[in-house]
Amino acid sequence: MSALFNIALGVAIIAAVAWSFRFIGQKVTGNAARFRDMSFGVAFGYVLGLVVLLWLVWAYLQSISSDQATANKFFFLGVAIKAFILFSILAWLFRLLGRNVGTAGTRKMFRNIPLTASFGILVIIFYAVLAIFAGAIAPYGQDEIISGVAANIIPGGDPALGGDPAFPLGTDQIGRDILSRLIFGAQNTVGIAFATTLLAFFIGGSLGFLAAVVGGWLDQVLSRGVDVLMAIPSLIFALLLMTIASVWSAELGIPLTFFMVLIIAVIDSTRVFRLARAVGQNIVVMDYIEAAKLRGEGMGYLVFKEILPNATAPLLAEFGLRFCFVFLTIAALSFLGVGIQPPLADWGTMVRDLASFINFAQFAPLAATAPLLAAGAIALLTVAVNFVVDWMLHKSSGLKE
Amino acid sequence: MALGLLTLLIVSIVIFVAVNLLPGDFAELILGQGATPEAVAKIREDLGLDQSLVSRYFGWLGGMLTGDLGSSFAQLNFQTNLGGAGGVTVAEQIAPRFANTMFLATVTAIIAVPIAVTLGILAALYRNTVFDRAANILTLSSISSPEFFMAYVLILFLAVLNPILPSLSNIYEGMAFSDRLEKTLLPALTLTLVVTAHMMRMTRAAIINLLASPYIEMARLKGMSPLRVIVKHALPNALAPIINVIALNLAYLITGVVVVEVVFVYPGIGQLFVDSVKIRDIPVVQACCLIFAAAYILLNLTADILSILSNPRLRHPK
Amino acid sequence: MTDTLLNIRGLKLEGRSDETWNPIINGVDLTLARGEVLGLIGESGAGKSTLGLAAMGFTRDGVRISNGSVEFDGIDLLTASAAVKRGLLGKRIAYVAQSAAASFNPAHRLIDQHVEGPVQHGVMARADSELDGMELYEKLRLPDPESIGFRYPHQVSGGQLQRAMTAMAMACRPDLIIFDEPTTALDVTTQIEVLASIRDIVEQFNTAAIYITHDLAVVAQMADRIKVLLKGDEVETADTRTMLSAPTQEYTKSLWAVRSFERPLKAPVVASAVPVVSVANVDAAYGKAKVLHDVSFDMHEGRTVAVVGESGSGKSTTARCITGLLPPTAGTISFGGEAMPADYRKRSKDQLRQVQMIYQMADTALNPRMSIGEIIARPVQFYLGLTGKEKRARVDALLDQIEMEPSEYYNRLPSELSGGQKQRIGIARALAAEPKFIICDEVTSALDQLVAEGILRLLAKLQDRLGLTYMFITHDLATVRAIADEVVVMKDGRVVEAGPKAEMFKPPHHPYTDLLLSSVPEMDPDWLTNLLQERGVDNIGDAAADKM
Repeated sequence: MSALFNIALGVAIIAAVAWSFRFIGQKVTGNAARFRDMSFGVAFGYVLGLVVLLWLVWAYLQSISSDQATANKFFFLGVAIKAFILFSILAWLFRLLGRNVGTAGTRKMFRNIPLTASFGILVIIFYAVLAIFAGAIAPYGQDEIISGVAANIIPGGDPALGGDPAFPLGTDQIGRDILSRLIFGAQNTVGIAFATTLLAFFIGGSLGFLAAVVGGWLDQVLSRGVDVLMAIPSLIFALLLMTIASVWSAELGIPLTFFMVLIIAVIDSTRVFRLARAVGQNIVVMDYIEAAKLRGEGMGYLVFKEILPNATAPLLAEFGLRFCFVFLTIAALSFLGVGIQPPLADWGTMVRDLASFINFAQFAPLAATAPLLAAGAIALLTVAVNFVVDWMLHKSSGLKE
Repeated sequence: MALGLLTLLIVSIVIFVAVNLLPGDFAELILGQGATPEAVAKIREDLGLDQSLVSRYFGWLGGMLTGDLGSSFAQLNFQTNLGGAGGVTVAEQIAPRFANTMFLATVTAIIAVPIAVTLGILAALYRNTVFDRAANILTLSSISSPEFFMAYVLILFLAVLNPILPSLSNIYEGMAFSDRLEKTLLPALTLTLVVTAHMMRMTRAAIINLLASPYIEMARLKGMSPLRVIVKHALPNALAPIINVIALNLAYLITGVVVVEVVFVYPGIGQLFVDSVKIRDIPVVQACCLIFAAAYILLNLTADILSILSNPRLRHPK
Repeated sequence: MTDTLLNIRGLKLEGRSDETWNPIINGVDLTLARGEVLGLIGESGAGKSTLGLAAMGFTRDGVRISNGSVEFDGIDLLTASAAVKRGLLGKRIAYVAQSAAASFNPAHRLIDQHVEGPVQHGVMARADSELDGMELYEKLRLPDPESIGFRYPHQVSGGQLQRAMTAMAMACRPDLIIFDEPTTALDVTTQIEVLASIRDIVEQFNTAAIYITHDLAVVAQMADRIKVLLKGDEVETADTRTMLSAPTQEYTKSLWAVRSFERPLKAPVVASAVPVVSVANVDAAYGKAKVLHDVSFDMHEGRTVAVVGESGSGKSTTARCITGLLPPTAGTISFGGEAMPADYRKRSKDQLRQVQMIYQMADTALNPRMSIGEIIARPVQFYLGLTGKEKRARVDALLDQIEMEPSEYYNRLPSELSGGQKQRIGIARALAAEPKFIICDEVTSALDQLVAEGILRLLAKLQDRLGLTYMFITHDLATVRAIADEVVVMKDGRVVEAGPKAEMFKPPHHPYTDLLLSSVPEMDPDWLTNLLQERGVDNIGDAAADKM
């Protein structure tokens, strides 16, 4: 009850401050349009934003306080604030770099890029490098149980807190280096997701365009089939098929991961099909397609010269979104224990294995970082891709919004 | 309506056929390689495996409609190896968990829908302001993050660092409502975060689309107050898209519950589903799958019907 | 108490694109006396609508007022508070938008939207306003004035909606109404009714108005004074009669001159000549709906046949039958005396080559991902088999023919060209096939008058040089007058009348042709008045068309 009372009191105070803020603004600026036409809600919003900002500063100061218990409590918020500032600076520097280096085209692109998209591109490049050169970068093997080293070394590398400088992110429950597993995870999780998305695009894209161009019964059959597949929630359908695939995999001796790629690609290709068909249909009604048809052009020319070049922008954006979706589905399956199988290092599996460390957060915040790092690695990439896609869609839609 | 039922029927066929693509014999699957021939024969009879595929399908579908979801493999295994009746049927396993999941989904919807729609409308009204941009970044991040990431972050802050809510949702029958609500709150908040982000972005897009219409400009040019423009001119037309957004996101919740239930060990249908997938208990998987699909189709259908009902062009034909 | 109602001084407006602000209006002055109607004319992109809205103190998203003042009856609209402005809008200044169908809220009945202004501004009670609305509907000659207000917008036709919107603007008896191209989206026979109604009611209530349009003849009927805009600058202002008879500026003169373009008459066709394309007894249907009924006409070598009719008359469908996109259900299409297969997929490459098409919307007719060179080169290679240097030489020659510099345009993309240039590329692509027969489907209706005139002159020149036959689909009779040799009038999927142009523009003709011809506004400011006197208010527009 007292909590509710406190919240109500807080809102009332903010409202009062907001009202006076607007009132004083009107008086001081001699009723300038900005304050005169400001609605109360907007004033409230400004004050609320200010309160949140002040609280964040306070929380950051708490996180570096000398009292260990307080510092522990605000450790994660402190890290988040630091990370936010660091990422913003990096994104800004990257954009500055992009504006001054490279061809005229890329420089032009970077001139109008928002910081979020610049951050997204930076992160994607970082992950790509990690994934491609994982073997060279990672200090240990992904399934290497390092002999003579204790399991459950705490991240941070500080021996006083139970860390070990040789393992900056610590070791897991059976003594594998977490940093190495994270780096290999980039290769496995991202690589598999990328391959799956490519496959989904190949299937969905080609069928979608075919349906759009040919139309008639082929379109009807394919579209109804896709409708049915889309009527089953995708994660549920994937789990069902994975159950079946696990039996097949044991029977045939084919790795389950292979089935997973196939299953998710097929399920996801339905979404690609819808988009490709819609985009294709929008293009097919254009007069230049009619002109080409009346000229007597064949199907190949129509699809590859007239339709595809005009469909690349929406398809590229969709590729980003689909990749995120596939990546999250694979992570979820792995987290549930039916996705990428050991000994391959994988972020979803790592989160599941290390999850219990979160409960130590209050006393040893560093210990709790391990599972969050793996989960955060997944989130960071999907956030980055989404930022870039959001920017691309915004740009191509030409909307001022 | 008929279309929805037809889709559901076809979906049930797809699920049934998919399951029957399994190699070998269910009976061996249940009992393992070393089972005695008599035990295998008994299970084959129990499952009706000696009948044709079509009659088995109709038997299964009929059972589904009458609430008889059959026997789980775990139950059959138990019965065959230990003799006699025993174990829990699929229906007995699913019923209480289904109720729990519905409770979780309802709590989530009650929190998420008002917040999301309000914030979505605000973001549309104050678009391109600091508020809108911050909301855009936050919702995009929230959509992009895996559900278990959100779940653990919430556990970290609300259960471990500040012990406000329990991190384990061990719900049992006969629990007081307030306890039950308290235990459900953290998983519900996790789902809220994910669903709200989606719903808010979609609401924002729908409203912005609407505010660009010439009739909104006309209302402003008639000197109507901003509040009246929103309430009288935008809202009646926004109802259809907003209802659509809500229904679509409730449908999305269905997928979301699976992971969240596992994280919080919430005894719902999602967790049962995952557990059954792991031990390959086909009848349970099949039944859960059909229930999820039915709920999903129903919500999508509701979205369609409601948006037709709220369209004046269709309500008042020429 | 001055007589000046609206006073705009040095107004500058800017629009945002790609994060930079570009000028739309560069310092325009405008004064309007009470009860005066000012015509604001200019081509697309001249900034007329933006200026019209700014006169209400209103800017759309992405537009801002950077300088100047707007004073309405002594009130400075640019510094007035939002509440003061709201008190004026709808009550003393009203707006009539271009698309009535989109500007009425689909969720409310017409009368509810009508009374909203008076009730909210406290001018009238709801019941009074409803009665007043019905009276206004009657004054505007809407059918069933007592009941039409209780319909939803989608249940009422476009011309009627436009009048209902004028009634709504009148609801508070404003001092000023901004009409933003109110008849542009309407057919000519519908337009005339709306024009007559608007003019009547504005006169009756002595309302001042700014009438925005791109159509000179329309503005001549409506305005006391005309202001001509070009790319955000004022060209000249004068009262209507002076402006029409003696424009001082070159730009204005050239606008006026467009109307006078007319080709010399050609000798009549020899009776025994074989037509290039002949349409004989063609019926066609979309699914079950029959849209063409027994359509027959011939098109002879070197002639332009204009096919005229309003939207839905079947003129574009006829073109689709000729190209083979929509195989007729009965009848034949013959080329040079020989019947062609009905479906274009069954026609030979040469048959396809001989029939080319130029489209209305140049934007959708050119593949945005191909360069101009590639677009024109494709038919050259496809039909004539030219490659390499020969192909390039041919494309260059074609670009020369359409009066565009080959070296400058060869590598450009369509998005880098203006509307008129894109249309020229469409012509070049058709010419590249070296056809005998070209279908021009409303090729000038999306273009500004000056640009359109250039296209018409180019087409005429090409016809004379290459002996081409054109089928010219249009709804604009001025275009017909300019370019046609023969005219086919269509209505509801039937040919109403056909014959040489000279005969068509002379009475007696079919009553529908007569209606169509007489509905086209002329530059004479007395035209509408005379026409109304001649025919009576009940014999114009849809009412008259329905009687046939």
